[in-house]
Amino acid sequence: MKIHEYQGKEILREFSVPTPRGVACFSVDEAVAAAQRLGGDIWVVKAQIHAGGRGKGGGVKVAKSLDEVRSHAQQILGMQLVTHQTGSEGQTVRRLLIEDGAQITKEYYVGMVVDRAAQRVALLASSEGGMEIEEVARHSPEKIHTVRIDPKTGLVEAEAAQVARAIGIPDVANAEAVKVLQGLYRAFVEKDAMLAEINPLILTADNHVIALDAKFNFDSNALYRHADIVAFRDLDEEDPAEIKASKFDLSYISLDGNIGCLVNGAGLAMATMDIIKLYGGSPANFLDVGGGATTEKVTEAFKLMLENKNIKAILVNIFGGIMKCDVIAEGVVAAAREVHLSVPLVVRLEGTNVDLGKKILLDSGLPIISGNDMADAAEKVVTAAKGVK
Amino acid sequence: MSILINKNTRVITQGMTGKVGQFHTQQCKAYANGANCFVAGVNPKKAGEVFENIPVYATVKDAKAETGATVSVIYVPPSGAAAAIDEAVEAELDLVICITEGIPVHDMIRTRDNMAGKRTLLIGPNCPGLITPDEIKIGIMPGHIHKKGRIGVVSRSGTLTYEAVGQLSALGYGQSSCVGIGGDPINGLKHIDVMRLFNDDPDTDAVVMVGEIGGSDEEECALWIRDNMKKPVVGFIAGITAPPGKRMGHAGAIISGGKGGAEDKLAVMEECGIHITRNPAEMGVTMQKVLKG
Repeated sequence: MKIHEYQGKEILREFSVPTPRGVACFSVDEAVAAAQRLGGDIWVVKAQIHAGGRGKGGGVKVAKSLDEVRSHAQQILGMQLVTHQTGSEGQTVRRLLIEDGAQITKEYYVGMVVDRAAQRVALLASSEGGMEIEEVARHSPEKIHTVRIDPKTGLVEAEAAQVARAIGIPDVANAEAVKVLQGLYRAFVEKDAMLAEINPLILTADNHVIALDAKFNFDSNALYRHADIVAFRDLDEEDPAEIKASKFDLSYISLDGNIGCLVNGAGLAMATMDIIKLYGGSPANFLDVGGGATTEKVTEAFKLMLENKNIKAILVNIFGGIMKCDVIAEGVVAAAREVHLSVPLVVRLEGTNVDLGKKILLDSGLPIISGNDMADAAEKVVTAAKGVK
Repeated sequence: MSILINKNTRVITQGMTGKVGQFHTQQCKAYANGANCFVAGVNPKKAGEVFENIPVYATVKDAKAETGATVSVIYVPPSGAAAAIDEAVEAELDLVICITEGIPVHDMIRTRDNMAGKRTLLIGPNCPGLITPDEIKIGIMPGHIHKKGRIGVVSRSGTLTYEAVGQLSALGYGQSSCVGIGGDPINGLKHIDVMRLFNDDPDTDAVVMVGEIGGSDEEECALWIRDNMKKPVVGFIAGITAPPGKRMGHAGAIISGGKGGAEDKLAVMEECGIHITRNPAEMGVTMQKVLKG
């Protein structure tokens, strides 16, 4: 689960990582009032959306007067901000962060990820602040310093101090940098994060180390023990179809094709998308109904797929193990009736009680196209999708 | 022969008295030699009770001491599952199979760290388990699609493993053992570990390796195969069409930072001499072509 920058900075402050003073705002007037309250003579107006690359897209602007705060806020609030992470239609800006302007002497990058190979949390740090870490990895990998952190000891002072030196933070600021890195690690572990980035971490003219940005992504499997993180969820930033899916415990991701897929199991669901592509079609979604699908769940899954107006045909691919084919077939028939299905439906059933399942589909009288195996089903659904104008 | 488990394996079930544990314990008991294999359950609150003729013990240690079991399977809910693995490791079992889906990643980091230097092997979490056809099934896979034979199967996914097994069985190729290693980013045995076991197993002639997007385990396994494997390997990777940055159901199935894409994995596998297919419907026939030369 992703959160906004201003929320990420709240978390950082909780772990003693310094950030600029700032206020989250939902309107232009709030933004001006916030700048007034903060005082000073320079502010930064920052669009709050979950995607990165906001500055390049025109979502971050420096203001040197309250009038400028007003005009920047007017410009940014409500805009469709397009970045390399939003897709071409961009994301509507609904929230702003108004911050004290900072005097930047030097920018650095620090981030944390779960390193699968080492099975540990890895700290990544680089002297190339403000750049995408992927970019740095491609062009100058030697500038990325990595520490794989022992979960028993946590990030120890000596390691943190060495990383700070390695990326060029001057010795006079080393102690502050150590505090930042250790605070970031504690936040990462205690809040069950999967990804955390401070980019840039800056050195100010008077040698203080400050987090100028904050990006977090949390482990959705651990949210049950973090009510504070759940409260940060912003549904405006998520795909409405994916939100609906999560209510029914369905794993759903919208894609840009026209063939809806309903599958049990994540691996088989991915493979089903792949085979549709292989036969010349294009999947409209990833949808895993999981191991314990009920008639209700299958019906909701159909409704969800059909909300996508691009859908030209649907492929149901079920390998029934514990989940019996007859139960699925009943669910498919009930769902097709309830939603008055108007696009071709191809069903491939395999596994436990497969004959019974096929009989239920046949006896329903519905125009369901039966697929004998994965390849046959994929071929049929691709043909069917092309036939619908 | 087989890898990791056979009809003489004795199994403790952690989380046996829950709804999921009960159902699958019945299924596993009913498969092949299961009635003799599943000898103990663990639940500190229900010690002394009996379920399906299986005695329940307070701890894994007690269950091991009383029954001589060396393997455990875990159906404990996500919030307690990592601690259940810790308990099995502490009791010095040979092998732990964790079926539970949805364990927090940081719990697994601590658990894997605790396992360093210990004797216990882990399969999973978030996996279907493993089966040696006609001998023993430990996990949630449908037993009846399997057939005894000489092909090994190792996979990160559940139903896609069944798909591979179904295709092999339909063509008459039985399996020596099938191992689902799970879809989580932090897990126990990886493709490479299971591949080593199949390489050394005299009753395995060839292996089907099913992977998916995310991480670089398949690449590491492929390089090992190039240098060490004596048997043919057929490979498939799910997720060619998956967009970057989106988690495809499995916590581990995400292309991040330009790494972990399916095409990259397939390219490395092909270079390493693995017989790859891009068509998930052709895992079985690809194996048939390889074996018939």
